[in-house]
Amino acid sequence: MTTTAPAPEYSVIGTRPIRHDGLDKVIGRAKYAADIQMAGLLSAKILRSPHPHARIKSIDTSKAAALPGVRAVITAADIPAVASDRMQDLGETAVRLRFLSSNVLAGNKVLYKGQAVAAVAATSAHIAEEALSLIKVDYEVLPPALNVLDAMKDGAPLLHEDMLMQEFGQRTTKHSNIANHFRFKKGEPADGFKQADVVVEREFNTAAVHQGYIEPHAATANWNVDGKLTIWCSTQGSFNVRSQVATLLKIPESNVKVIPTEIGGGFGGKLGVYLEPVVALLAKKTGHPVKAIMSRTEVFEGTGPTPGSYMKVKMGANKEGRITAAEVSLMFEAGAFPGSPVNAGAMCALACYNLDNAQVDGYDVVVNKQKTAAYRAPGATHAAMAVESVVDELCENLKMDPIDFRILNGVKQGDRRVDGPAFGKVGFMEVLQAAKNHPHWKTPLTGKNRGRGFAAGFWFNAGGPASCYIAMNPDGTVSLIEGAADIGGTRAAIAMQAAEVLGIPADKVTPTVVDTDSIGYTSLTGGSSVAFKGGLAAYEAAQDLKKQLIERAAKIWETTADNVEFEKGEFKLKPSYERKMTFTELAGRLLTTGGPLAGRASVDARGVGPAFAAVIADVEVDPETGKTQVLRATIVQDAGKAIHPSYVEGQMQGGVAQGIGWALNEEYFFTNQGTMANPTFLDYRMPTALDLPMIDTVIVEVANPGHPFGVRGVGEVPIVPPPAAVANAMKRAIGVRMTDLPMSPGAVLAAIQAKGNGKR
Amino acid sequence: MADKVHVRTTINGEATEFLCEPRQSLLEVLRDVVGLTGSKEGCNDGNCGACTVLFNGRMVTSCLVLGVEAEGKNVTTIEGIATPAGLHPIQQAFLENAALQCGICTPGFIVAAKALLDREPNPSEQRIRLWLAGNLCRCTGYDKIIRAVMDASKKMQEVKAR
Amino acid sequence: MQTLEYTAPKTLKDAITLLAQKGDAARPLAGGTDVLVQLRVGRRPQVNTLVDLKNIPELTRLSYDPREGLYLGAAVACCHVYEDATVRRMYPGLIDAAELIGSVQIQGRASVGGNVCNAAPSGDTIPALIALSATCSIAGPNGTRSVPMEQFCTAPGRNLLQNGEILVAVRIPAPAPNSGAAYLRFIPRNEMDIAVAGVGASVVLDSAKQRITSARVALASVAPTPLFVTAAGQALAGKAVTDEAAIQAAADAAVAAARPITDMRGTIEFRKQLVGVLTRRTLHIAIQRARGA
Repeated sequence: MTTTAPAPEYSVIGTRPIRHDGLDKVIGRAKYAADIQMAGLLSAKILRSPHPHARIKSIDTSKAAALPGVRAVITAADIPAVASDRMQDLGETAVRLRFLSSNVLAGNKVLYKGQAVAAVAATSAHIAEEALSLIKVDYEVLPPALNVLDAMKDGAPLLHEDMLMQEFGQRTTKHSNIANHFRFKKGEPADGFKQADVVVEREFNTAAVHQGYIEPHAATANWNVDGKLTIWCSTQGSFNVRSQVATLLKIPESNVKVIPTEIGGGFGGKLGVYLEPVVALLAKKTGHPVKAIMSRTEVFEGTGPTPGSYMKVKMGANKEGRITAAEVSLMFEAGAFPGSPVNAGAMCALACYNLDNAQVDGYDVVVNKQKTAAYRAPGATHAAMAVESVVDELCENLKMDPIDFRILNGVKQGDRRVDGPAFGKVGFMEVLQAAKNHPHWKTPLTGKNRGRGFAAGFWFNAGGPASCYIAMNPDGTVSLIEGAADIGGTRAAIAMQAAEVLGIPADKVTPTVVDTDSIGYTSLTGGSSVAFKGGLAAYEAAQDLKKQLIERAAKIWETTADNVEFEKGEFKLKPSYERKMTFTELAGRLLTTGGPLAGRASVDARGVGPAFAAVIADVEVDPETGKTQVLRATIVQDAGKAIHPSYVEGQMQGGVAQGIGWALNEEYFFTNQGTMANPTFLDYRMPTALDLPMIDTVIVEVANPGHPFGVRGVGEVPIVPPPAAVANAMKRAIGVRMTDLPMSPGAVLAAIQAKGNGKR
Repeated sequence: MADKVHVRTTINGEATEFLCEPRQSLLEVLRDVVGLTGSKEGCNDGNCGACTVLFNGRMVTSCLVLGVEAEGKNVTTIEGIATPAGLHPIQQAFLENAALQCGICTPGFIVAAKALLDREPNPSEQRIRLWLAGNLCRCTGYDKIIRAVMDASKKMQEVKAR
Repeated sequence: MQTLEYTAPKTLKDAITLLAQKGDAARPLAGGTDVLVQLRVGRRPQVNTLVDLKNIPELTRLSYDPREGLYLGAAVACCHVYEDATVRRMYPGLIDAAELIGSVQIQGRASVGGNVCNAAPSGDTIPALIALSATCSIAGPNGTRSVPMEQFCTAPGRNLLQNGEILVAVRIPAPAPNSGAAYLRFIPRNEMDIAVAGVGASVVLDSAKQRITSARVALASVAPTPLFVTAAGQALAGKAVTDEAAIQAAADAAVAAARPITDMRGTIEFRKQLVGVLTRRTLHIAIQRARGA
C-alpha cells in the first residue's frame, strides 16, 4: 500500500476516514434491492427461453393464470408497442429501443437461451415459479449463430432479418449479422511496416465473461391509481432506469420515481433495465406492489456478460525499439442485439502508444447469446490482451526491457490517438517510471516454471451531469444529498470533497444518495465518473454554501462579505481578525439571523482526465497440469488525486482480481446447442480468497487540470492490463505464448504439449 | 401447499418462533419470515457464502439449511454479531481497513471471520484465505478483507492479553 | 422447488418404514448440500418428502476401535470427521477428501455418507474410501447387508440402494501397520470446484518399509462411477518404495482404466493426463505417510 505523501495543502483529501455508509453494512442493516418489504407485496418470476434462436408462434398463459395464488401473467404483448429505432442510452453503451424492449420481454423471436418471455406475479415466489411451468410457449426452433466468426459468414442464420450492415458510417444494402464495421486510421500502416525490423502478428480469442456482482438483479414496483409509479431497484443509474422505464411503458418520466437501494456490485452490468419494466407492468395489472429477484442462473443466462471476441494484431518496430506501424482488427460478439463495446475497445487498443502509422478495424456482430453489457473499461481489456501481448513479443524479439520499450513509445501530452483526439495532461510516463522503480520490478524472480509479466492499459474515463445539495444543520454538521449510486465508497469521496471546501472533518458531512424526485439529474455510476463529477458538484455546492455563510457572517458583523475571511473552519473579520466565529457557532445562529442556508450545484463535468495503469504479475505454472498460480501482483495507476486512498486502492485491487479471473478461469462455456453449461458460481470460476495474493498498489498522482482537486476516474482502468500481464508472465515461465482467454489449465497444458511437438 | 410447520428456535440469543413451509430454506425464513435481511442471497446453492450464519456455533450457508431444521437450534446472523456496547472487533476492523466496497458479501465474511477467530485466535494469512474461500467477493480482490481479519485477530489478542 | 413434507424419524426402523412406503417420492436428508440444490434446479421432480436422518443414533455415530476400525455414521458431517484427532491420525487419506468437499461452510453440513450416496463420478470421498477398503453398511426392510465401497455406485447419481434401504455407516478397517493413504484432486481454482480428476491411493509396506506389499488406487471424474483400478495396485505389489518405474506403471494403468468424457470441466485428453500425474503424486504421498516421513 504505497501512496505518495498526503498533500500538505489539504486537510481532508488524501486521508482515510471511515466511510459514512460503512456501519450499516457491517451490521447487516443496509437495505439492498432484495431487502425491500412492504404490505401486500407479490413475488414475480420470469419464464425464459430454452432455445438460443426460435420464433415464438404462440404463448398460452391461461393455465398459469388459473393457478391459485397467481395474480397476473404478462408477455411482450403487455408492453406498449415500441417499434422505435430510436437509440436508448445505457450509459457506457446504447441500444435501439425495440431491442431493449425485446430484451425485457421477447416479442416474436427469442435470440438467446435465457431471454425473458413471460412473467408471473403471485402471492409467493414458489407459486410464481410453479406457474411458469404451466405457461405453454410454442416455438419454431431456428438454427443459431453462436460465435463471432461463424455469424459473420455469408449464409449464417440471421438474427435480425431486417438489419442492414453499417460500414464506414454508411448504411449498406447488405443483410448481415455484422451490425457495424468501422475503421480508425492514422498515417499509412503499409509504409510503417516497410520501416520495421521486426514484425509480430497474432490472433486472439476471448470467451464471454460476466461482471459477476454478488447481488443478483432485483426490483420492486408500486403503481398507484393516480398513475404514479415507484421503483426500488439495484441500479448504477436511477435516472437511466427512470427514462428507460418511462420510454418503454410510454408514460411521462415525471410519473416515475426510482428509489435506488444499496447496490451489491455492478461493474457496468446494472446500467440497462431487465426486471424494472416487468415488475412495473405486473404492479399495474395486479394493483399490488410486486418484487422480482433473479436467481444466480438467471443473472448468468439473462443479463449481459462482456463479449467474446476474435482479434488480430500486427505490429512492427525498428531496431531502436520504435513502433513503426500497427494494425488491429477487433470482432466482438454483441450478443442478441447490436451494441458491443467494440468502439471503446478500438479507441483504447493502441491508446498507450504514440504511433504515426496505425489502423484499427472494429466489427459489432450479433450472435445468439446474451445481449452484452458494459463491464469495467468495456472493450479495453480485450484489446489490451491482444496489443500488450504483441508488444511483449516485440520486446522479446528486440531484447528490450518491456518498461523501457513503453517509455520509448508511450504517449505524452499532445500526442494523438489513432481515432483522433489529442491527449491533455496524462500520467503514463509517471506510471511507467513508478513501475520501473518498484521493488517488485527490481527484485529478480527465481524458481522453476516461474515468470514475470508486464502490461499497460488505458481508459478514457467519463464525466457528465451531476447534482448536489448541501444543507447546514444547527450543530455545525451538513447534510449532503446526491444522486449517483455508490458501489464502492463514492459517498465518502464526495463528502470529503465538500468537507475540504467547508473546512470541516469528513465525519461532519452526512452524505445520502436519494431518489430521482429528490435531487437534480445525475448521470450514472459508470465511466469511473462519480468521484470526479459528483465531487465537482459537491465542490461547487460547498462553494455556494461557503459564499452564503460568509455573507451571513458579514450580516451578523454588520459589514460586507469582502471583509470576512474563512479559513480552516473559522470566519474572521478583517482587518484585525479579532472577531471570530467557528463554523459550528455560525451554524447555530443561522435560524435567528435570517434563516437556514443550503448550497446547491448542478454541473456537467467535462474536464475528464483519462487514466493509465500498469501491472506487474509473477506466475508459476505447473507444467504437468497447466495450472497457473499468480504469486505476486502490483498495480501502478494514475489517480490524478486520490480523495480516499483506501478506496482508490480497493478499486485497483478489485480490478486486478477481476482481470486475473478473466485471464485464468472465467468463461461462458457454451454447448454446441448454444446453452451456457456453467451458469452457477460453482462452475463459473471467479477467484476465491485462496486464488489470489495480496495485491500491491502504487497510486501515482498527476493532477487532472479539469477538476479542482485533480481527480481522475479510477474504477475501470485496473482491469485492463492484468490478462496480458499474466499471459506475458506465462510466456516467460513456460515458453508458451497463450493467445486465448481464459488461459485455463487444460488450454495451457495443450499449448505446452503442442510446443513439445513443435507446433508452436 | 404443505402445511406450515411451527418452529421454535433461538436467533441471535432471542427465543424465536416462526411458521414456515418445509421447502423454505433457513435463509428464506430469516429474510422473509423473521425479517432479518442482513444475510444475503448471492447464489442459493452454497457457492458464494453471502448467507453464512452460525448454526449451533458452526458456520453454514443458510441457503442449504431448511427452516424447519432450525427447531431447537441456536442461530447467529450478522444482526447478532455486534452488542449494544458496540461493534465486534471484526466489524470495526472491516471499517478501518476499508474491507468492503459494495458491501453485499460483507455480512457473510464477517460471520465467517468470527467463526474462524472464535476457534483459532491467531490464524495465518493462508489459513484465513482457506477459511474464507467459500465467501466470494467481487469488489475488493480480498486484500483488504484478509488484512482486516488479521488486524481484528491482533487486536482481539491484545485485549485478551490485557 | 416443489411442495415438500419434512419428517425427522428418531429410529432407523421408522426411517426405513417411511422410505419403503414412499419409494421414489421420499429422499433422505443428511447435510442437504446436494439434495437441496438438486430439488431447486428441478432434478428430482418426483420427490415430495424429505426424511431427515440426523436424529438417528446409528447414523450420527463416529467411533474408532483398534479391532473394528472406523465406524462413520452416514450422516456425520465432514467437519466432525476432520476435527476428530483419532481419525486425523489414523486416516489421513480420508481427511484429504473430507477437507476438500466444498467450503468450510459446506463441510459443516455435508456428510461423507451423503457424498457417497450422491454417487457423483466426482465425489471426492469415494476414491479415498475405496483406497481404504471401506465398506458400506446398509439397512433396509429385508435386513442389513455390507457392500464394498467400489460396488456402491452404479451410474452417475445412482447407487445400489434398493427401495427403503439406507446407508447407515461407512466402515473402514483399522489401518494395517506401515500403511499410508492419500487423496488428491485437480481443480482449476484452489477451492470450491468439482474434481476434473481425482485419485485416492493407499499402500501397505513391509516391516522394513522398503517394499510395497499391496496398494489400492481409485479414481474420480474419469468414468460414470468412481473407479477402482486393481491393475494399478498390482503394478506396485512387491516393488521397492523408491521404484519410480513401478509408480509410473501404476499411473499408466490408471490412465488406461480411465474412460472420461469431454465436458466443460475438461477434455478426455486433459483428464487422462491428470489421472497419470495425480496417481504418481498421490502414491508418493501415500508412501511417504506409510514410511512415517
